[in-house]
Amino acid sequence: MIAAQDLRKAFGPTLVLDGVSLALPRGRCLAVLGPNGAGKTTLLRLLATLQRPTSGTVTIDGVDAVREPDRVRPLLGVVAHGSYVYEDLTARENLRFWETLRGGDPSAARVAAALAQVELDAVADERVRTFSAGMKRRLGLARVLLAEARLLLLDEPFTGLDRRGQKWVNEFLLAFKAGGGTAVVATHSLGGSLAVADRIAILAQGRLVLDRPATDLSPEALHRLYESLTEGAEAAP
Amino acid sequence: MTYARRAWIVLQKDLLIERRSKEQTNALLFFCLLLLFLFQFALGPDRERLTAALPGLLWLGFILAGLLGLGRSFLAERENDCWEGLRLTPGDKSAIYLGKLAGNCVLMAAVEVVLVVLFGVFYDVDLWTPAAPLALVLALGTLGLASVGTLFAAMTSQARARELLFPVLLLPVQVPVLLATVSATQALLLGQPLADVAHWLKLLAGADCVYVTIGVLTFEFVLEG
Repeated sequence: MIAAQDLRKAFGPTLVLDGVSLALPRGRCLAVLGPNGAGKTTLLRLLATLQRPTSGTVTIDGVDAVREPDRVRPLLGVVAHGSYVYEDLTARENLRFWETLRGGDPSAARVAAALAQVELDAVADERVRTFSAGMKRRLGLARVLLAEARLLLLDEPFTGLDRRGQKWVNEFLLAFKAGGGTAVVATHSLGGSLAVADRIAILAQGRLVLDRPATDLSPEALHRLYESLTEGAEAAP
Repeated sequence: MTYARRAWIVLQKDLLIERRSKEQTNALLFFCLLLLFLFQFALGPDRERLTAALPGLLWLGFILAGLLGLGRSFLAERENDCWEGLRLTPGDKSAIYLGKLAGNCVLMAAVEVVLVVLFGVFYDVDLWTPAAPLALVLALGTLGLASVGTLFAAMTSQARARELLFPVLLLPVQVPVLLATVSATQALLLGQPLADVAHWLKLLAGADCVYVTIGVLTFEFVLEG
């Protein structure tokens, strides 16, 4: 489904990603862990075709995503920090807007079903301005569901969520995978990532220092590995 | 059909957000009132001076209100990274440009109607007799201003000094539009028939076609950054 080969990304003289290669088959979830400034968000943005790599390739479903981003974008569902929601529209209006813009079917029944799936049906007609961060993230996920995305790219999905919210995101990801979807999740949450990921990757200072099946790692082992591999790697603010 | 639907949903979204937030409408209406008072003090009661200056003042008001309104037209897209959402949307991005352009035209037209009515009342000028030809000039001028303004607002929306960059980029490109609209407005207010300003209207229509075409062709590159 997704393969990145020798990805490098530099902003001026600063090398943010240095030779990252990874592959993920359909229906699997990859959790990308790493301290602040390790390059997680940059990696996600390269996979999402929001930035071009300085060198290296990204292939999604056999299509070169760097050269032909428009061909892979219909497959992508991206939920980043901002969730792509308009504050002065209601949840229902937001979904209708994005689905129409995508050229999809924005029928009331589909929108209502997507809102019910993310448990926002009770507040469907309230303005997003009144929503919490977790609710906005769920609305972002409803947009992805409505678009029938096959590759989900989530940036820090657990940040700012309480235990129930984190559990909800985990359940969402498991259901997404069960439906044949593929997901890449950039996160700080070691526990959250082990609960849903099939593979665990750790980035430190732009380099991929670990890429292993999640089944090989217990929570304690992952914690120890993370500490040893990222020690002193946090970028200066 | 899908293309038109996509442009329409962008227009609908912008108008809905503006209707709810009223950020631009309130600021622009207050700004128009302020301009009228300032012009009144600057010109005094001399009717001859007023008649000579009115077309310029009218368009100065439209331009200044346009600079304020157009410059903010992509603010909603900056919030919650919606700009990136627009980039990731499959399909022809020019539909987004046309939707934004239509939204800006509607907003500017609403402000212009208010400003024209207030000018008529404040300065006791007969704007009713040349209303139809004046509306044509205003429509063509507004399209010219909004077409470039929408594109440049998108270009500068991610820049740090966007408030400064936007007018600096926009105004020089607007010279043909301003020249034609002010001259045509002056002639119409002096009672000349529409046929006498046909050459200005042709210039305006030509400039509008060029500006909208450039906007449609280049918006995707602007959006992609």
